[in-house]
Amino acid sequence: MAEKKEWPLWEVFIRGQHGMSHRHVGSLHAPDAERAIKNARDVYTRRNEGVSIWVVEAGNIAASSPSNKGPMYDPARDKVYRHPTFYDIPDEVGKM
Amino acid sequence: MYAQMVKSTGKNVQALEDMPPEERAFQERIDRGEKIEPKDWMPDAYRKNLIRQIGQHAHSEIVGQLPEGNWITRAPTLERKANLLAKVQDEAGHGLYLYCAAETLGVSRDELFEMLHTGKMKYSSIFNYPTLTWADMGAVGWLVDGAAIMNQVPLQRTSYGPYARAMVRICKEESFHQRQGYHIMMTMANGSSEQKRMAQDALNRFWYPSLMMFGPSDKDSVHSAQSMAWKIKMNTNDELRQKFVDETVPQAEYLGLTVPDENLKWNEERGAYDFSEPDWEEFYNVVSGNGPCNVERLEARKKAWSDGEWVREAMLAHAEKKAMRKEAAE
Repeated sequence: MAEKKEWPLWEVFIRGQHGMSHRHVGSLHAPDAERAIKNARDVYTRRNEGVSIWVVEAGNIAASSPSNKGPMYDPARDKVYRHPTFYDIPDEVGKM
Repeated sequence: MYAQMVKSTGKNVQALEDMPPEERAFQERIDRGEKIEPKDWMPDAYRKNLIRQIGQHAHSEIVGQLPEGNWITRAPTLERKANLLAKVQDEAGHGLYLYCAAETLGVSRDELFEMLHTGKMKYSSIFNYPTLTWADMGAVGWLVDGAAIMNQVPLQRTSYGPYARAMVRICKEESFHQRQGYHIMMTMANGSSEQKRMAQDALNRFWYPSLMMFGPSDKDSVHSAQSMAWKIKMNTNDELRQKFVDETVPQAEYLGLTVPDENLKWNEERGAYDFSEPDWEEFYNVVSGNGPCNVERLEARKKAWSDGEWVREAMLAHAEKKAMRKEAAE
């Protein structure tokens, strides 16, 4: 059988009614971006889940590698002073 | 969960220690409840098993549209028609969520279809039974979707991230399926004597095939232990079957219908119903391709795929042409 060309894979991101930002919901196949958005409407917003759709061809997404987890995220670990709770403020000062 | 594997492999500690370091680290992640994501290292057998399981699940959703699609044009009211249409559309969506989850494991969509069409991959045996009357739409929603939900709820906690996330979406949407089915059964069971007879007949025909949906009895289920250790299976077949019977029998009683099992009896001691097992010979027969509708279902899928071929090609050609024009204009 001759090798058939598949429609490319698109990753779908949806911003919900009260959502703060677009969130990845899944993927689908479509011949082009316009069709991908229409398909995403049918597949991922059948119950009013979204007010905005982004689609990106899966091949265009660059992702961090799981094996790099250590060097990538460890440097942030020992910097607890980046969190407000690191600083003790006496109760008399009030809410801060 | 891990304890389940102990029985089949010997001692717990040894099993873990016998593993090569990578595999051991992998199993430990699963034991800690971490999710495995597409780019993470995983044993080949885990990947293979998951492709088989998710693929079969996806195919079931897609083939599962056929017995119900049969009744869309013949629904008794416009409202019932809209309900059924929405349900069947959901099944298509569920198939698509699952196909994308399977694709993250490195198998392509076309390969999955190819495996369905050539019989290398299966779908649930339940869809090889015919839907003969409108009451079957009630029985399918109530029993078949009920059994599917029983299976899928625990899978929301499965170890493979994309599969678990697809399950969360599916479970959220599927409860409407079961309720619309039960609603049909309620209407018919409270209708004319002829309607009640149809409802009873649908229950009679779908009861045992629904029990078969959970798979063979634990004593004959060969892959369970490993799948449970990997958390791609969360409960044994018999556990889920029991749970289904315990939940469904009171629902049948409410309808005033009789579950077609003379041995069905509440067992005070176990706090569960005793019931007859389905005919496993029939089950294996249907799985191996000899059910009442196997040929028809597969032919329908193959026809849809080949009839759609020119559309897929034309749309791709159109997209390529548009892209070239855009490039030329720049």
